[in-house]
Amino acid sequence: MLAITDQPLLELKEISLAFGGLQALDGVSFTVAPGTVQAVIGPNGAGKTTLFNLITGFLSPQSGRVVFQGEEIQGQPPHQVARLGIARTFQLVQLFDYMTVLENVMVGRHRLSRAGLLAGALRLPWTSQEEVSIRERALEELQFVGLADRAHQPAAALPLGLKRLLEIARALAAEPTLLLLDEPASGLDAVETERLQEMILALRERGLTILLVEHDMGLTMEVADQIAVLNYGQLIATGPPREVQKNPEVIAAYLGTDWQT
Amino acid sequence: MNPRKFLNPWVLFGAAALLTAGVLDNDYYLTLINFIGIHALLVVGLNLLMGYGGQISLGHAAFFGLGSYTSGILTATYGVNPWLALLAGLVVCGVTAFLIGVPALKLRGYYLAMATLGFGIIVYIFFTEAHKLTGGPSGLAGIPSLSIGGFKLDTPKRLYLLIWPVLGVILALSANLVDSRTGRALRALHEGETAAQSLGVNTAKLKLLIFIWSALYASLAGSLYAHTLNFIAPSSFGFMFSIKLVTMVVLGGMASIWGSLLGAAVLTVLPEILTMFHDYEVIIFGAILMVVMIFLPRGLVRGLKDLWEFRRYKKEGGIIG
Amino acid sequence: MELAPLLQYLISGLTNGAIYALIALGFVIIYHATTIINFAQGEMVMLGALSAISIYHLYPSLPLAFLGGVALVTLVGIVFERLALRPVRDPNPITLIIITVGGAVFIKGVAMLLWGKEAYSLPSFSGDAPFHLGTATILPQNLWVLGLTAVVLLGMEAFFRLTLVGKAMRACAYNPRAARLVGISLGRMVQLSFALSAALGAGAGILIAPLTLGVYDMGTMLGLKGFCAAILGGLGSSFGGVLGGLILGVAESLATGLISSGYRDAVAFFILLLVLFIRPQGLIRGGS
Repeated sequence: MLAITDQPLLELKEISLAFGGLQALDGVSFTVAPGTVQAVIGPNGAGKTTLFNLITGFLSPQSGRVVFQGEEIQGQPPHQVARLGIARTFQLVQLFDYMTVLENVMVGRHRLSRAGLLAGALRLPWTSQEEVSIRERALEELQFVGLADRAHQPAAALPLGLKRLLEIARALAAEPTLLLLDEPASGLDAVETERLQEMILALRERGLTILLVEHDMGLTMEVADQIAVLNYGQLIATGPPREVQKNPEVIAAYLGTDWQT
Repeated sequence: MNPRKFLNPWVLFGAAALLTAGVLDNDYYLTLINFIGIHALLVVGLNLLMGYGGQISLGHAAFFGLGSYTSGILTATYGVNPWLALLAGLVVCGVTAFLIGVPALKLRGYYLAMATLGFGIIVYIFFTEAHKLTGGPSGLAGIPSLSIGGFKLDTPKRLYLLIWPVLGVILALSANLVDSRTGRALRALHEGETAAQSLGVNTAKLKLLIFIWSALYASLAGSLYAHTLNFIAPSSFGFMFSIKLVTMVVLGGMASIWGSLLGAAVLTVLPEILTMFHDYEVIIFGAILMVVMIFLPRGLVRGLKDLWEFRRYKKEGGIIG
Repeated sequence: MELAPLLQYLISGLTNGAIYALIALGFVIIYHATTIINFAQGEMVMLGALSAISIYHLYPSLPLAFLGGVALVTLVGIVFERLALRPVRDPNPITLIIITVGGAVFIKGVAMLLWGKEAYSLPSFSGDAPFHLGTATILPQNLWVLGLTAVVLLGMEAFFRLTLVGKAMRACAYNPRAARLVGISLGRMVQLSFALSAALGAGAGILIAPLTLGVYDMGTMLGLKGFCAAILGGLGSSFGGVLGGLILGVAESLATGLISSGYRDAVAFFILLLVLFIRPQGLIRGGS
């Protein structure tokens, strides 16, 4: 899955977006190299989630381009973007509450399976085979995040920490090339955060590229290869964790705000 | 698949249906059972749209009526073969659902409810006013019965032998559907449209597909209704009938195939058992809608099942919150 | 086309339009306070008409019938909110739609039991001697409808802009959290919005009763047309709702005269679908 070229997997070029009078993103550009973990940090309201929504097609930039694997994707609807191989999680967990844990992950296989309404209603033989493979792959992802024993519970019955893991498993089931994690550690305790950290590193081993928004600086510094720092919609620094940490502009932006460690 | 879990309701359904066919020879009861079947067809379709997909329709009677009138007019007025007329009804309903669905399903919640309601009323007014075509308020008579080969389906028993096998097939199709990739996407759309989109589900297309699909069920039910009664009038396809269908869905349970059958059965039989029921019918529908939605928003059967399951899992898992 | 019938259509259109405007305002008020569309709004109109008629039969005084009817229905509005909407634990649109539709059907059913299926009349507020404007005829009741509607609408506007309670209600609509922070009770405001819109609906029903008679199933259509008017006006502003009502009333009346009376009701819904499909934000953009 690792691209051999030195072409970036994702490239943001001069992205700008304003809501009413508020400039949410102002000429933001950066690139994400394949197989790396890139973190986006910044104080609350810096435009991090807006950035995610732009990449995944839930918002369109007013100017600028989003280039994924050499193709411009800005303005495409979310489901189209998802089909290109970009999966995400949400800051406020968005599970299908009344479906089982397993079914949640099975929906993740949507883009990689093809049984339509009629084929499904008639239960054509090939769709049954497809279902079996969907189920198997979904179970594998559940095993990866450690939720296999809860496969048949309704998703709503999980505690928050496990819900976050389930959301990651669901995104992974889509076998994305690029995975976007929106504050995956928020609401997790120390043990769970530790597990999350191992998981992210394991995913990078698999060759997955990860874009991460996170408030937990400890986690971010451990897993990120590159960090981009946003402040009031502007990119104020990019670079490896050590460099960014020493950047005076970054320190100024965070002073007196919620720089958490 | 766990065969025990999968087979039980179907075996029961088949056994009950066969037993009914073998034992029951009372035209009144058979007619009632036939109407349960026709209503169940409608309710399963509406449940796919509303209970599973989360898209409300307050004008579902319109598709029932369009199917009915297409069958009725083509056979009674133009002498077309009833089976061809039934197919024509499906085409008319499918195309209408497509044309209405494309703009309507962009709307959410209240707007979609109002749009479908408005559509339902326009169609009703059309049935009443287009005298030359539909016979106006006094209805359309002389609709022939269906026949297979030379075998005329003109008694309740014979109709039963058509309607309930058809219902069985439709129930099976629907149960397959909700348990398939598209069915999962449909439930996902209901529970979180954003998340579904982020996983590659084309929610706009899916809404349209299921809207058309449920309109086809309604059309089929309409055609069967026309050939069962041999007479149709606009009053069967008004706003109150749409509400009655929603009540059946709510009573039986949102997102429950067997619940649909139950809801249809209860609200078809009740008015017959309680002679007083007719005067109170509207009040009872209203009360059911309010009480069930306030206390068990996912419908009676489903809601009780959820309560039970959640309690079980909370006990097992030691859930924090 | 001659001018005379055109003028006649205009007059009856404006009269109906004023009624739609009052009902529309009821939708707008509740929508503002709760973002609920109350499908039972039309039934308040019917209840207003029928209870005023009953009161008039007990004691033939029109002012008493008017006030009594409005008071009674206001109470129904409050009770409806308290019993059917406040206990809802999962207030998503589908649930609320089904509940208010259920409420509408329930109220209609009760009305059918109480009043039966026949239509009742209420005398006009000041006789039936028509005025003539050219060849067009104007009934005194037409003027009552237009005049009282105008008074009520101005009164509402003054209430929302000038009084403390009115301002508080607008604050809730604009920003519920901030409103709660400054000590406005959201629950109280929601209740008030249901009371107000029920009162408006009842008033509309009593005003129209002398022209159309009162019958248990009159509410559904009137409610839907009021909603149509509210949508035309963009659901956001009361001014929009009023304009929407008048446009709808005139359009309907012209279509009735020029095309066919049987399709009269279809016109309103055709307009409704058109607006929903083409411009769901309404003809007039709602500003708050």
